[in-house]
Amino acid sequence: MKLITTIIKPFKLDAVREALTAAGVQGMTVTEVKGYGRQQGHTEIYRGAEYKVNFLPKVKIEIAVPSQQADTVIESIKNSAQTGQIGDGKIFVSSVEQAIRIRTGEAGDDAL
Amino acid sequence: MDKLISTLMLALTAAGLAGAPALAQTAAAPAVSMDVQNIFNTMLFLIGGFLVMWMAAGFAMLEAGMVRSKNVSMQCLKNIALYSTAGIMFWVIGYNLMYMNVGGGFFGTPTPVSFPEAGKGVVDKAANYAAASDWFFQMVFCATTASIVSGTVAERIKIWPFLIFVVVLTGVLYPITGSWKWGKGWLEVRGFADFAGSTLVHSVGGWAALTGAIIIGARKGRYQSNGGVVPFPGSSIPLATLGTFILWLGWFGFNGGSQLALGTVANAADVARIFVNTNIAAASGVIVVLVLTQIIYKKVDVTIALNGALAGLVSITAEPLTPSLWVAAFVGGIGGVIVVFGVPMLDKLKIDDVVGAIPVHLVAGIWGTFIVPLSNKGASYGVQLLGIVSIGAFTIVTTAVLWYALKFTIGVRPTEEEEMAGMDHTEVGIEAYPEFGSGAPRVI
Repeated sequence: MKLITTIIKPFKLDAVREALTAAGVQGMTVTEVKGYGRQQGHTEIYRGAEYKVNFLPKVKIEIAVPSQQADTVIESIKNSAQTGQIGDGKIFVSSVEQAIRIRTGEAGDDAL
Repeated sequence: MDKLISTLMLALTAAGLAGAPALAQTAAAPAVSMDVQNIFNTMLFLIGGFLVMWMAAGFAMLEAGMVRSKNVSMQCLKNIALYSTAGIMFWVIGYNLMYMNVGGGFFGTPTPVSFPEAGKGVVDKAANYAAASDWFFQMVFCATTASIVSGTVAERIKIWPFLIFVVVLTGVLYPITGSWKWGKGWLEVRGFADFAGSTLVHSVGGWAALTGAIIIGARKGRYQSNGGVVPFPGSSIPLATLGTFILWLGWFGFNGGSQLALGTVANAADVARIFVNTNIAAASGVIVVLVLTQIIYKKVDVTIALNGALAGLVSITAEPLTPSLWVAAFVGGIGGVIVVFGVPMLDKLKIDDVVGAIPVHLVAGIWGTFIVPLSNKGASYGVQLLGIVSIGAFTIVTTAVLWYALKFTIGVRPTEEEEMAGMDHTEVGIEAYPEFGSGAPRVI
């Protein structure tokens, strides 16, 4: 099993969610986060004083998928989240040791 | 007060005509009876008065919007507390200290005020309005002065030292300087002009705010040793905007009510004229800020635009009746210039004014007072300066002594850790926005 974590631009959330559903993903967890990569932040002025806005709002999506599905899911995310402008985000893949469905107790791929 | 006497003369003359059969088409049409004039005058005080009372809500919302979330409850608490404190102090000693037996001198008699028993309808023969209505109208002006201080020193002051300061400001200091002009004291005798309080209210509040900001010091983290300025953006632009509009509305009572009489056609026209000049000055202040901040910062700063409206209002407050529309726009517009340059200048001096009350009330108040002779030929620049400087000196010295006395006895400022946690946590124990708060459990 793989845990796919992706950081995307907030306005892309709906597009990514639809693409993931089409790719067979049955659940996800979404968090509102702040961050920057090479996009960096920008400078604002408040009452004559400059300040750097270092962090930009982003959305983090976490999905657990069977290992064989990982590549399809990554492709779906990449295509739907892209704008071509800097700040599109990143995708991280890590291994999941175990997954359990709380209601039924199913484990492994059956829990996903 | 002079307006009242001339109004009374006009009324007495007209009353003579009112007794005659209403046949002749004379230039002086019969006026209303003395009783009706009393009623109109009283109504002006009451309506103008509650409009100015509503300015307390305006200050509360403006300040709540300009401070960070962790200090919002405290700011709301300060505002309702100071308004109430002013109301009590102005009853207990303030009003009579300001108005009773000043006789060209420096202060009145510090005793509690009292009014005729209910139902007696006693008319103050010298002035022709209900005594309680005059107290009410003057009291809300006293409260406005205290509100000004609250904004500047926000986010790093404890509640009880602040309220003790307000007790003295509203019970003693404001009434004393107020007595010099409106109480018929030595400045009034010399012809000092301040129609609705650019100096008596706004500069006095502004001086108290300035000495407080300097003596208490800036919020931690605002000014870096390398000269950098760190902004602490306010928590709610909508609240700040609402507060500004509320203040703008209240100002029609502040300036309009200061005509002090409504019982004749001439007075009604004057009040109308005051409303118009007041609005134009505010609008002009805003437009000037829009243009200047666009040019200087390439973006219009909404918080400075809000300040611009208020600075325009403060500037016209010393003389909202005599100016032409052009002069009103000019006077208010300079108020806008004052805030655009005043706000960053204070930061350069490392004077931390959270809401911009010092440029808006102190500096624009001085400007508005000084420029009165431009439209009011009965005033002189020399006497205006005399008033500005004397009231300034008195207020600077007394408020500085008061701040220092508080600082070195009970202390005024929270500890650094308390300041970081926020006044809501430290002093009030109630978060302003608990669902979005840092410590409280999430409310579903």
